[in-house]
Amino acid sequence: MIEAKNLTKFYGDYPAIENVSFTAQDGEVIGFLGPNGAGKTTTMRILTGFTPATSGTAIIAGYDIQSESIQARGSIGYLPETVPLYTDMTVREYLKFMGALKKMDGTKIRTRISDVVDLCRLEEYADSMIGKLSKGYRQRVGIAQAILHEPPVLVLDEPTIGIDPRQVVETRQIIKSLGGEHTVILSTHILPEVSMICDRVLIIDEGQIVAMDKTENLSSKLGDITQIIMDVQGPAEEITRIIEQVSGVKRVSHTDAGGHNQFVIECDPAEDLRTELTRLTVEHGWGLQEIRTGGLSLEDIFLRLTTSEETDELN
Amino acid sequence: MSFFSIKVIWIKELKAYFNSPIAYIITALFLALSGLSFALSITGRFPEASMRGFLFGPIGPIGAFFLIVLIAPALTMRLFAEEQKLGTLELLLTAPLRDIEIVLGKFFAALSLLTVMFGLTLYFPLLLYWFGDPDLLPILTGYLGLFLMGAMGISVGLFSSSLTSNQIVSAVLATATLLLLWLSNVTSTLGDGELPWASLVRFLAMSEHVRDMAYGVLDSRDIVYFISLTAFFLFLTVRAVETRRWK
Repeated sequence: MIEAKNLTKFYGDYPAIENVSFTAQDGEVIGFLGPNGAGKTTTMRILTGFTPATSGTAIIAGYDIQSESIQARGSIGYLPETVPLYTDMTVREYLKFMGALKKMDGTKIRTRISDVVDLCRLEEYADSMIGKLSKGYRQRVGIAQAILHEPPVLVLDEPTIGIDPRQVVETRQIIKSLGGEHTVILSTHILPEVSMICDRVLIIDEGQIVAMDKTENLSSKLGDITQIIMDVQGPAEEITRIIEQVSGVKRVSHTDAGGHNQFVIECDPAEDLRTELTRLTVEHGWGLQEIRTGGLSLEDIFLRLTTSEETDELN
Repeated sequence: MSFFSIKVIWIKELKAYFNSPIAYIITALFLALSGLSFALSITGRFPEASMRGFLFGPIGPIGAFFLIVLIAPALTMRLFAEEQKLGTLELLLTAPLRDIEIVLGKFFAALSLLTVMFGLTLYFPLLLYWFGDPDLLPILTGYLGLFLMGAMGISVGLFSSSLTSNQIVSAVLATATLLLLWLSNVTSTLGDGELPWASLVRFLAMSEHVRDMAYGVLDSRDIVYFISLTAFFLFLTVRAVETRRWK
């Protein structure tokens, strides 16, 4: 379990994060989402005890990261963003060293190394020099190292960055399989990744948590918006103007998708405007090709929460 | 402090030394240069059955003591600078071990290697016994002096390495510091008479403290000097590693 309370970190006068609080239950996979420089890495470095918070506390598996640092650090598996590896060691040597650092005994290290080598599919490369491995395999060595001592908490900083698409899929599967046994917190800026592997999302922007909820709840929580998507043939400007006048419509955007006029209509979820809109198109003699409702995608939510202009519009 | 954690780091660094050519190159260089000063000192016009030539050198100060000024930085420049460059320091600092355990593990690894190097010169005294009748005491205190000064050199080198991620910067900084500590007594004679801080700069000079040892004199002040300065630089190293956490 991870419990972060009011974590604040200043670099000089500049606050990297401010009052970050959240709780991650046992076995939960939490996605940490935010644009570059939002404070994801800083938060993770505080959680792993690499850097101390200016104020606030973090409890990792029951240990305070500052006052019971050694025990807390022993309960964490950490994959830093840079995937630090000793390039002049073989994968096996490296894992052996990391196991010893984490105070595992010799026999345990040996059995766990063969386990994690299997899990992270490193069999072929177990005795290769790390310096000769490709980026994707290095990433796997990094993950293998993090889960080696079966820590209750895993902190993975951008675990799928910079590796090829097939390896991304494999890496995601590995991470997903780790949830349940471990509390996992992973940062990313790849949005679909979050909906694929995370139970909950935590969106951070400019050092503050702007949203925190289950992936599916986020769109409804954002609240007063649903989308209707229409494909209509007809004069685009006139259509836009007329739709905008319908009560309950908040915003209409138009895209020309290869001869189709696609309109994305954001409206009040209290009333279903589809009937009204269909009536209008028929009345004006436009060709209605498609009409459907769409929820906000994670991208929309993310953009809304992290772009101040858009949030202003929402309010 | 856990002995086990120190051992883990110690073994890792020793392996790293023997996996890279640098340890072999430095050892070879040390043996060649110290062997040369030994050979010159026992074959010169006034040969004597002692280790003083090996320790202080027949030409100027270039003996085993002075070589520590050059060797210690070369052995230690990697120890923290490379961890910072590779980012592996983040792994060490988030592993369940204390900063001081990391520092001591690395310190003992470099000191072990240096001790092995000194050990490889033990055939010099054996040769002296074979062909002459040297005093035992100066040989013993001479080696003790090498060990103590070596430990101090390594602590200075380790501290320099903890300040930067650039190995060259680390080596230059350590060499400069050690050179200053070796030569600082020279400045005491500047000016007309004794400068006000003359006794201080003489006390700070490593060369003053090893001289007596090379002659078989064991003074507790010399031993205290080396041990306390070694501890001081190790302490600074721990603090420097700690401040890495704040950046």
